[in-house]
Amino acid sequence: MKAEYFVNSTHSFTYTILMATFTLNINGKTEQVDVDPSTPILWVLRDHLDLVGTKYACGISQCGTCTIHVGGMAVRSCLLPVSAIGNQEITTIEGLSENGDHPVQQAWLEHDVYQCGYCQAGQIMSATALLKNNPNPTDEEIEASMNGNICRCGTYTRIKKAIKTAATNMQNA
Amino acid sequence: MTRIKTSYNRRSFMKVSAAASGGMLIGFSWLNGCVPATSEKKTGLAIPKEWFEINGYIKIGDTGLVTIYSPNPEIGQNIKTSMPMIVAEELDVPWENVIVEQAPLNTGFYQNQFAGGSLSIRLSWNALRMAGATGRRMLMEAAAKEWGIPISDIAAKDGMISENNGERSFSYGEIASKAVGIEIPKEIELKEVKDFKLIGSSIKNVDGKKILKGEPLFGFDFKREGMKLAMIQHPPAFGMTVKDFNADEIKKMPGITDAFIIDTTIDDPEMFDERGFLKLIAIVGESTWPLMQAKKAIKANWETIDALEDSQTHTKRLERALESGKVSDVRKDGDPEAAFKKAAKVIERTYSAPFIAHNTMEPMNFFAHVTENSAELIGPTQTPEAMEKSVSKFLGMPIENITVNMTRIGGGFGRRLYVNFGVEAAAISNKIGGPVKLIYTREDDMSQGTYRPTYRSKYKAGLDENNKLIAFSVKGAGLPESPVFPKRFPAGAVENYIAERIHGETNVTTGAWRAPRSNFTAGAEQSFLDEVAELAGKDPIDFRLELFDRAIKDPIGEAHDYEAERYAGVLKLVKEKSNWGEEKPGLYRGVAAYFCHSSYVAEVFDMMMVNGQPKIKKVWCAVDCGIVVNKDAAKNMVEGGVIDGIGHAMYSRLTFANGAAREMNFDRYQLIRHSQVPEEIEVFFVENEIDPTGLGEPGLPPAIGALANAMYKATGQRYYHQPFATERQIIG
Ligand code: FES
Ligand code: FES
Repeated sequence: MKAEYFVNSTHSFTYTILMATFTLNINGKTEQVDVDPSTPILWVLRDHLDLVGTKYACGISQCGTCTIHVGGMAVRSCLLPVSAIGNQEITTIEGLSENGDHPVQQAWLEHDVYQCGYCQAGQIMSATALLKNNPNPTDEEIEASMNGNICRCGTYTRIKKAIKTAATNMQNA
Repeated sequence: MTRIKTSYNRRSFMKVSAAASGGMLIGFSWLNGCVPATSEKKTGLAIPKEWFEINGYIKIGDTGLVTIYSPNPEIGQNIKTSMPMIVAEELDVPWENVIVEQAPLNTGFYQNQFAGGSLSIRLSWNALRMAGATGRRMLMEAAAKEWGIPISDIAAKDGMISENNGERSFSYGEIASKAVGIEIPKEIELKEVKDFKLIGSSIKNVDGKKILKGEPLFGFDFKREGMKLAMIQHPPAFGMTVKDFNADEIKKMPGITDAFIIDTTIDDPEMFDERGFLKLIAIVGESTWPLMQAKKAIKANWETIDALEDSQTHTKRLERALESGKVSDVRKDGDPEAAFKKAAKVIERTYSAPFIAHNTMEPMNFFAHVTENSAELIGPTQTPEAMEKSVSKFLGMPIENITVNMTRIGGGFGRRLYVNFGVEAAAISNKIGGPVKLIYTREDDMSQGTYRPTYRSKYKAGLDENNKLIAFSVKGAGLPESPVFPKRFPAGAVENYIAERIHGETNVTTGAWRAPRSNFTAGAEQSFLDEVAELAGKDPIDFRLELFDRAIKDPIGEAHDYEAERYAGVLKLVKEKSNWGEEKPGLYRGVAAYFCHSSYVAEVFDMMMVNGQPKIKKVWCAVDCGIVVNKDAAKNMVEGGVIDGIGHAMYSRLTFANGAAREMNFDRYQLIRHSQVPEEIEVFFVENEIDPTGLGEPGLPPAIGALANAMYKATGQRYYHQPFATERQIIG
């Protein structure tokens, strides 16, 4: 038995990439990068700006590991091209707070949430966006808005507890 | 006090110290060479000007700050916190004074530097205690010498050494420089379990703050000046290999510096070496996105060299194996055949589970820098030693010239016991002559292999007219390995018992997946026993306790693997804690217990029907894993195991068509999500003074049985074939 075939044989090789300069507003700082406009912001952060707190796990907007805030909204950075950002403010896990002391981060510390830790930046970015829009979410609301964030280690029950603790602390603050 | 002989000698300490002064052992530092990984101050103690190496685990600074090296890979099981806790306990130093660093691979000193089989703490318990106790003793001797009094006149506690009937005292930091020259004691006293202060408490994850702040910790985050990035493309199907590809076109693409084929075949491959995709296309570039583009542009000639299997073939093979496959490793007690014949009731059920992928959240990656006479590897591995060996074999380079350093690991579950990605990184670095970090995409990761084998087992039980279990048989086949443990429960508890193992064949590559074999067998056996108990008209817990009673009082056959008292112990504990037997309208409950990795776990699942769907309200866990080192972290492990078990039993499977994995990413491969987990998980530990046993895996297997049993109560349907969600759709 012998079979030969091409994968991706529809792809053509007239490959011209125009590099472009983008000025980005990240964590309160202005950054300039010179990249292919189709580059997802995830890779701009990780490869070009050394902001590796935002993680890659699927690249197809299915796991939430790469979540950042753009214009205050939680978005998946792995599919969002740098060219689509414009002058919207970007916040990554590194810029969420000065010293890791955002109430959500503190609640995570209190509940010792993480196992491997790899998904947690994404979880925290989703959770902070949730609480900003909905300071006192019900269990169902937490589930609905966190469902895009996978934790392979299974720290889900702790994440939920931490979100509730953070919600309480933020309301009492 | 327990007196034990120190198992390491002057020589091994010297070896460590020599390595340390050569800068090899200590100070694997992260992104660059100067910032100590531990610069974060967490105590009032100042960062020391000088550090003193007490032994390979302990370094004490002149200010009293203590660095403890954690020898094993950290995959989320939190040993980077719990291992140093054990050292600190015996050293008797306040945890606030301790900072923790990941030790590099050093086979000359540390033992068993791997993360697998839930063995880290179990195998290192004595070594870690000894390291702490030795350090404490040496500090005391140094102080005694300094004061010119016998050691019996002084005490060491909480980081201080003081004279019993006097006023003099030293902090550990003040005397550390003098302790360096002290002879290593030949015998050492360890603390009594009842005197433990740190062990058994809850200490927060030492990397917690860094994780929260998104600091670079993982292999995927690793960077080195001048480093290139690389990706691989493996054949699209098992049974295929690469012949050639459009390398010239790829090399011309923007951001791509090189493209070639690597062959990672090594002589005499061992357990953790790759067997499937040995020849791979490698692309090297400056950054990730151009590499991903180039990967899509690969046009390769793949050659078929073996059968292209699909899922239907696999199912048929398993069915055939159960009917007529060659049986190996039989355990037989009594006369099962005769017993089944005379049984009043006989029940037979078949269970199956598909291939599943590990899907660690952090995809495979590794950094390698190979030069003419050295190779440096850095990244996430559960088995640095195996990797060192394989790289050595592959490069034909002596093992002494190879270093492996471990980063924090974004999930293991068994996948990172295998070392192919390290060898691949070394092959690429070797070819380009410079430092490189290999990264897998999710698709690479999910379709590469090393899966949990697919299994099928048939269980049969016979009851006599008094509903006593008189005959039990299990026959299990797997591709490639049988899931059956012939000596486990109910071996020893049933008069007539037979267990048979059948191994099948597949060219899909498989490996250890969290709680190997137990991750299927527990679910099958525990749901089967639930049905048997039902047939016998007995409460499922009482039914099991009866069997354990038999195994305790009058065990049948030669030795079995488990201690029946401890097994029964966790069942009794979960029974009490969950108020088993209490009926509430709308509440459906299932129970299961399992023994693996030397630990015992029983779980009760409470379920309700919400909008026609079963929803897990609460999970009760009773765990006997001996002494618990870090309580809250241990609970976290068990919670994770429960969720992992539910998730994979309910939703996950990897199927094949023409040799290719059909699920390549999280759009088609389903992993459990927030809305699908239990509302609450409560974990109770049996308190005893048994040396710690495994914890990373044992929480998972019983979850599948308890889930299936609770689902039966809630839906009226039994679940035999994973993933249950699919079965429910088909039937319900
Ligand atoms: S990496 Fe972006 S959603 Fe998974
Ligand atoms: S903590 Fe490991 S994936 Fe969430």
